[in-house]
Amino acid sequence: MTRLDIHLDKRDRQVDLASMLAERVRQGEVRAVARLITLLERWEQEGRDTLRLLEGQGESSRAAIIGVTGYPGAGKSTIIDQLVTAYRRLGQRVGVLAVDMTSPFTGGALLGDRIRMQQHALDPGVFIRSLATRGHHGGLASVTGEAVSVLEAAGYDVILVETVGVGQGELEIATVAPTVVAVVAPGLGDEVQAMKAGLLEVAQIIVVNRGDHPEADRTLRELREWHRTVLKITATTGQGIPELIAAIAEQQRLRDLEAAPTRAAP
Amino acid sequence: MTVATVPLRILIGKVGLDGHDRGVKLIARALRDAGMEVIYTGLHQSPEQIVNTAIQEDVDAIGLSILSGAHNTLFRRVLELLSEQGAEDIVVFGGGIIPNEDVPALKEAGVKALFGPGTPLDDIVRFVKELRTSR
Ligand SMILES: Nc1nc2c(ncn2[C@@H]2O[C@H](COP(=O)(O)OP(=O)(O)O)[C@@H](O)[C@H]2O)c(=O)[nH]1
Ligand SMILES: [Mg+2]
Repeated sequence: MTRLDIHLDKRDRQVDLASMLAERVRQGEVRAVARLITLLERWEQEGRDTLRLLEGQGESSRAAIIGVTGYPGAGKSTIIDQLVTAYRRLGQRVGVLAVDMTSPFTGGALLGDRIRMQQHALDPGVFIRSLATRGHHGGLASVTGEAVSVLEAAGYDVILVETVGVGQGELEIATVAPTVVAVVAPGLGDEVQAMKAGLLEVAQIIVVNRGDHPEADRTLRELREWHRTVLKITATTGQGIPELIAAIAEQQRLRDLEAAPTRAAP
Repeated sequence: MTVATVPLRILIGKVGLDGHDRGVKLIARALRDAGMEVIYTGLHQSPEQIVNTAIQEDVDAIGLSILSGAHNTLFRRVLELLSEQGAEDIVVFGGGIIPNEDVPALKEAGVKALFGPGTPLDDIVRFVKELRTSR
């Protein structure tokens, strides 16, 4: 065998592996979905080949991709936990990608978002994956967009993405999720910060969380002067979650309408 | 990022009923500071929750803290669920109050290491670091 033959042979084997993995992902097999995200995270060829096969499928996914951004402690993970419950009641399969920051000094990361979501760990209709930024800036891990594609290919109907939440320069979420929810907590001066950081421009929906806080109504009034869709919720009790689901659906409906070619009435 | 610098991913959780998480949090932080990605699941996890989480997170190892005395059943259940899911490659280690006489049987069952109370954090970190070469 010539050198080239050996090379081609190896390439064939890789293609086989990729198509097998792609098929398992398409069947929604959890282990395969998780492994593919890992391969993509590591920039491995098998991961890229598999993703290309999945994306080449043609049939455009109808998954709703929703980004959740906002400062640490604002309540992003708790809101996602509630959204998962609500979407499951609506019969949707839900994927969650929760991004946390890698320490620039040690390369390590503490990924703790899913503590708030562990009630869903036994539900086969829910897949949750924590991602570390691994040096990527912009509030996401660099693999986030690809991980969203994997979850779409695996048939998840709703995909929720939690950003790091340092509040600065987190605008990349808009390139991954057509619907972005910015979470603001009252009484922390968050509203001013949110405006400065551009959160109000990047988000279609603003949520004032901690509705149980005495300052919540004031924050709500102030933000309504700056943004069209501002909702008050209390993530710990679930109050306001149905309204948030409705606002997300409305935003998606409007976007679909805008995207549809206008036709003359028959 | 090259393969050599890919961080290990470790699930750290606490099974059983007792409500102290100081110890597990210390371990989680020590592993993070040693350059690992630590998925922390919090308290009161069932073996089913732990194993489903480990698979979704595609971790290299699961570290469990068990203080409730039910260690024999809990560790065995975790190992059993992992093998049902074809995920025996995920290493299981543990800590907590585990009587010496139970240790050999647990290791036999597949628990890779057990750390008693007062084990220096460095020992645990070193054990986990070495997983990279042994897997
Ligand atoms: N009082 C109150 N606490 C909340 C509310 N939402 C979240 N929290 C708490 O705020 C803390 C941070 O929440 P988390 O969801 O982890 O915030 P994240 O950092 O934005 O993901 C947790 O202890 C939550 O229980 C709320 O609506 N009211
Ligand atoms: Mg969070």
